[in-house]
Amino acid sequence: MTTHAQRAATFLEDGPRTDWHDKSLWHVRSKRDGSIAGIPEWEALRQLGSDIKDNVLSNLDTYLEEFEQRATANGVIVHWAKDAEEHNRIVHGILARHRVDRIVKSKSMLTEECHLNQYLEEQGVEVIDTDLGERIIQMRNEPPSHIVMPAIHLKKEEIGQLFHEQLGTDEGASDPQYLTEAARQHLRAKFLAAKAGITGVNFAVAETGGIVVCTNEGNADMGVHLAPVQIHCMGIEKVIPRAEHLGVFTRLLGRSATGQPITIYTSHHHKPKPGGEMHVVIVDNGRTEQLGREDFRNSLKCIRCGACMNTCPIYRRSGGHSYDHTIPGPIGSILSPGLDLKKHGDLAFASTLCGSCSDVCPVKIDIHAQLYKWRQVVSEEGHLAKSKTIPLLGAGAVLSRGGLYNFMGKAARTALNIVPRAVVYNRFNPWGESRELPEVPKESFKEWYARTQTPEA
Amino acid sequence: MEGIRSNKPGPRPLPTLPPDPLSLDIDELERAFREVLSASKTTFLEPEKLAGYVRDFGADKTIVSTLPELGGTLDLVTIDDPLQLAGVDLTILHARLGVAENGAMWLSETEMVHRVLPFITQHLVLIVDRATLVPTMHAAYRRIDICETGFGVFVAGPSKTADIEQSLVIGAHGPRSLIVCLR
Repeated sequence: MTTHAQRAATFLEDGPRTDWHDKSLWHVRSKRDGSIAGIPEWEALRQLGSDIKDNVLSNLDTYLEEFEQRATANGVIVHWAKDAEEHNRIVHGILARHRVDRIVKSKSMLTEECHLNQYLEEQGVEVIDTDLGERIIQMRNEPPSHIVMPAIHLKKEEIGQLFHEQLGTDEGASDPQYLTEAARQHLRAKFLAAKAGITGVNFAVAETGGIVVCTNEGNADMGVHLAPVQIHCMGIEKVIPRAEHLGVFTRLLGRSATGQPITIYTSHHHKPKPGGEMHVVIVDNGRTEQLGREDFRNSLKCIRCGACMNTCPIYRRSGGHSYDHTIPGPIGSILSPGLDLKKHGDLAFASTLCGSCSDVCPVKIDIHAQLYKWRQVVSEEGHLAKSKTIPLLGAGAVLSRGGLYNFMGKAARTALNIVPRAVVYNRFNPWGESRELPEVPKESFKEWYARTQTPEA
Repeated sequence: MEGIRSNKPGPRPLPTLPPDPLSLDIDELERAFREVLSASKTTFLEPEKLAGYVRDFGADKTIVSTLPELGGTLDLVTIDDPLQLAGVDLTILHARLGVAENGAMWLSETEMVHRVLPFITQHLVLIVDRATLVPTMHAAYRRIDICETGFGVFVAGPSKTADIEQSLVIGAHGPRSLIVCLR
C-alpha cells in the first residue's frame, strides 16, 4: 500500500506539469474570489448556509421521513440503501425490471463512491457517463481527479489523442471547441438510445419531496427527460428543509465551485414525466456513523463545490489521484478516515493546516481543525508511520525536559555547522528530501534575550 | 433511521432568511440582468426584431414556438414521445421570471410543454417580461412554486463546458445559443 506522500512524489516528478496543474486550480480559486466580490452579504450567506445545514443534521431523521412522504405522494418511488452494495443492487433491480441494457449517467460522486459503473457493467448494462469530463476519464478507465472538474489533470493534447483513438477525430487535433463538438455528437446518439437516465442529487427538499440537480452542460436533463426511467441517487445528508433554502444554496454553490453566479441549469424534479417512472435512492454508506462522531459530523454539511480543493496548496501540487479516494482534497481527507482509518489515515497529514480550506468553505466546515483532530485519532489508534513515531518520541523526550532542550539546542547549532551534509540529509530523514533547514543562528532566542535585555530594576 | 436518531446532534434552530429589499429600481435590475447574461454568452434581441430573426433562421429548419403571435413549423400537440423532438433547430418559449443577480430564468412544464425541449433544441429564445425581474434567488424562490408542475428549471445561459483545460466552449449538450427578448 502506498501513502499519499509517495503518490504525490510520483505526481511531482513532472515539474512543469505540476506547475500547470497548480496554476489551473488557482485560476478557479481566483474566479471564485472575483464572483463573491459582487455579493456584499457573502459572509452572512455562508453563515446561513452553515446554520441551515446544522439544523439539517440535528433533524436528519424527520427531514428524510418528510421527504419520503412527500416524494411518494408525488408519485416518486423512494428506496433506502444502507451501503454501496445495496445501492447498486437496487439500481440494477430497477433496470432489470424494465429490461434496460444501456443507460446514461450524469455526474454523481455517490455512484463513484459505490462503484456503480463497474457493478452494472458486470451485469451486462452499458453505462455512459455524459458529463464531458466524466466521459473523458471513463474512456481512459480512470477515476475523477476533482469532484467538479473530473479531467482537470489532463492536457488537451492527451484528450485529442484519446478522442482520435476512440471517437475518430483528426489525429493531432486538440482544439477544445472541435473536441467538444465531437463529444456532443457521440453523446447525443447515446442520449437518444438510452432506456434509463441516472443522476446525482445536489439538494433534496423535504417540504416538497423533490430533488434538484445542477449542471452546466445540460447532460443530466438530456438523460432523464429522454429515457422512460429516471433514477436519482443521493446520500442521506443531501436533504434540506424547505424550497426557500434553495435560494441560499444556489447562491453559494456556483460561486464557490467555479466563480459562476449560478450553474447554467438548476433542475427541479418532483414527479415522473407522463408515462415515465421516477426513482430516488437514498444511501447511508457510513454517513450515520460519521453523524455520531461529534468532532467530525460537520463534514456531512458539505455541498460538494470543490472550493477547498482549488485553494489547497497540497491538492494543487499533488493532484486528485494522489488521495486514492472518491472525494479528494481537504474535504475528502476528513471524510475518508472515518470509512477506513488504516487506508486513508495518512490523508490527515496531506495538509499544511494553513486553514485556507475552512476560509473558502461555503458552509463553514472547520476542515483544517478536523484534519488536526484526525491526526490525533490516527496516532491514538497506532496507525502512525515509524518515520513519524520515532522522531516524535525523541522530540517528546527533549521538549519535556528544559535542561535537555537547552543542551540539545546548543549541540545542534554547533553540529549542524560542522558535520557533512550527508549526516543530516539522508534516507533516515524524509523531512529533508524536499526541504532545507534554515541557516543556523549563532545563539538561541533565549541566549539572545538574556544577553540583550537587562532586567527591569 | 434508528441509527440517525441516536447519532444526531442536539437541536439546532432553523435560521430565518433575510427579507427582500423594500424598494426596487427596475432599471437597475435590468442593467444587472443584461450584464450577467452577456457574461455567460447570452445575446439580447429587441422584441420587434424577433419575427425577422425567425424568418431569417432558415426555411428548411424545424422551429417550435409557444408564442401565439409567432407560429413555428412543428406543432407540439403532435408530439407524444420526447424523442420526436430530436430534430428541433429553434425553440421560442416564455420564461416565468428573471433573476437580476445571475441571469437565471424560470421555466415550468407550463412554459416548456415537453421537459426535454429547452435542452434538446439546437438554439433557444426566451421571452422575459421586464416586470418579472427579481433581485436575487431568495426573491425568485418566494415568487415561484417549485412543485407546481412535475419539473421546473432555472436556465442561465446556453449550454456550456470547460472540461478540456478550462477552455470555455458553448454548446455542450444543450442549446448552442441563447437569445433573450426582454419586453
